[in-house]
Amino acid sequence: MSRTSQDRQTWRQWLLTDTPTSRAHARAVAAYNGWLRLRANHMAMLGLYILLALLLVALLAPWLAPHDPLAQDLANRLQPLGTPGHPLGTDSLGRDILSRMIYGARITLYIVTLVALIAPIVGLLVGTVAGYAGGWTDAILMRVTDIFLAFPRLVLALAFVAALGTGIENAVLAISITAWPPYARIARAETLTFRNSDFIAAIRLQGARPLRIITRHIWPLCLSSLIIRVTLDMAGIILAAAGLGFLGLGAQPPSPEWGAMVAEGRKFILDHWWVSTMPGLAIFTVSLAFNLLGDGMRDVLDPREGKSG
Amino acid sequence: MAIAEDNPGGRRRSPPLLRHLRKGAATIGAVLITMLGLLFVTFLIGRVMPVDPVLSVVGERASKEVYDDAFRAMGLDKPVLVQFAYYLRDVLHFDFGTSLLTARPVSEDIARVFPATFELATLGTLFGVVLGVPLGVIAAVRRGSWVDQSARVVALIGYSMPIFWLGLVGLLIFYGILGWVGGPRRLDIFYQDIVEPRTGLLLLDSALQGEWGVFRNAFSHIILPASILGYYSMAYISRMTRSFMLEQLGAEYVITARVKGLPERRVIWRHAFGNIKVQLITVIALSYANLLEGAVLTETIFSWPGIGSYITTALLSADMAAVLGGTIVVGLIFVLLNIFSDLLYKFLDPRAK
Repeated sequence: MSRTSQDRQTWRQWLLTDTPTSRAHARAVAAYNGWLRLRANHMAMLGLYILLALLLVALLAPWLAPHDPLAQDLANRLQPLGTPGHPLGTDSLGRDILSRMIYGARITLYIVTLVALIAPIVGLLVGTVAGYAGGWTDAILMRVTDIFLAFPRLVLALAFVAALGTGIENAVLAISITAWPPYARIARAETLTFRNSDFIAAIRLQGARPLRIITRHIWPLCLSSLIIRVTLDMAGIILAAAGLGFLGLGAQPPSPEWGAMVAEGRKFILDHWWVSTMPGLAIFTVSLAFNLLGDGMRDVLDPREGKSG
Repeated sequence: MAIAEDNPGGRRRSPPLLRHLRKGAATIGAVLITMLGLLFVTFLIGRVMPVDPVLSVVGERASKEVYDDAFRAMGLDKPVLVQFAYYLRDVLHFDFGTSLLTARPVSEDIARVFPATFELATLGTLFGVVLGVPLGVIAAVRRGSWVDQSARVVALIGYSMPIFWLGLVGLLIFYGILGWVGGPRRLDIFYQDIVEPRTGLLLLDSALQGEWGVFRNAFSHIILPASILGYYSMAYISRMTRSFMLEQLGAEYVITARVKGLPERRVIWRHAFGNIKVQLITVIALSYANLLEGAVLTETIFSWPGIGSYITTALLSADMAAVLGGTIVVGLIFVLLNIFSDLLYKFLDPRAK
């Protein structure tokens, strides 16, 4: 089990073995095999590289950005692309667009991470409880889910932001409120397939309570389908957040959120096109990357869907 | 078919008509509950908002008595459930309150702006269907060819592109640089108020009244936003068409048809395509519902005076009655379209029975 007892084996052999020696080992083998399949998919890898680059840019923003993203320089406003010192030009207040985009990566990641944590967890909770409990609990929880699915997402998010007030946190909350129902459906469907299986019955006979069965035995089994779905949904989350920002309901003005930047440049689109176009390209690239990676992960983790989709 | 097999419980099967009625009642019940829930959510949103609804009616300088009277008149002293009942009563009478911004009943405002959205979304869906369906069929028939690959790329870009940005860039290129299309709004100022609004659909009204100059101008204005919405609709429709077709083309009856020596065109369009029509209609209904959502952002870009612009403008001035009224209307249409596609599927497709 430990590395020292297998000195002659390479890591690769250890990860590709057909006879894992422990549960952790088996998991590592499965993960490595998935990774190999994902690596064979060039488009998915491209998406992954883009996202890694985004992560690096966000982490290293203070060192990468040539200027302060909030520093105004009214003498140099609306400078075009390729201006010395401002490779992507400046906006209407003379702020460096490249620096703002670099700092904007942090906001995008912040929003995506929060939504990707909140929505699936709420969905998992609702879906597994509904699926495991059945009966009235199931009927009521699923009705509520249906009601939230009945709204167009963006419109519901708009209404929530209107009630909660503008700002990034409220935008995150509004998007999460509109994003959890599909996860609840998935989690419920998965739960229903396990609920009556023998291993759950065995655990129940051993005296496990519903809480333990759900958290320890059902949740882990729902994870892989949820992860795929989250990755595929990330693109939509980014677009929704940018849309709210664009409408002036997400991140507020001085903050370099990409959607808000597009909105800022909107007034000058005909004469100074780069002000809006550059942050829009950033949104597009990141959401494309999530779509590419999500497609690839679906092929790897969920062979049922296959490549036909 | 043995009855006992179908009914392990041994209960007698009710006659078909009754069964249909019961099924229909269950569907209608589910729909009603969903709609009730939808209204309850909007009601709650209206309750948690930080703006005091009484103050926005009586003004900040009202005396304590006036404030209290208004408070009681609006039913705010009653329990929440009673308030919800009042709210339901109002909504069922299409009374969404009065807009702060326009000082008119919200329902009138919505009736006025809705045709603009309807026109835009319909034309967008039309583009999406006309381009998306053939693209999907060809991509499925020639799987792996350059058509298939480019269809995939087109759809991928459609799923990843922020619609407001595509709208801006489209405006920049086709209006600003090339000058091929009319700019924002539904008409140039010169053509405004010539056509008397009857249906509210400018293209239809102008054509009916023989104002071809207005028609041409209206068309040059709608073509860009409708194409942009149509692009998103096409991305979705072509992907779905492709996967439906692939499923059919792999079926044995297709092989039989080919073995019989039928021309390939007939096999594809009559046999395989004939079988996906119903599924396709449900997809089109769903994509139509999704366009309502896309319309919110597109309308903002193109200053299109539809329901999306109405909601966002109201939002920015904290005009809650207008926001919630708009949300309810969009939500109801969304629900109805979903149910419509569901029912259509159940009635037209024998496999779903």
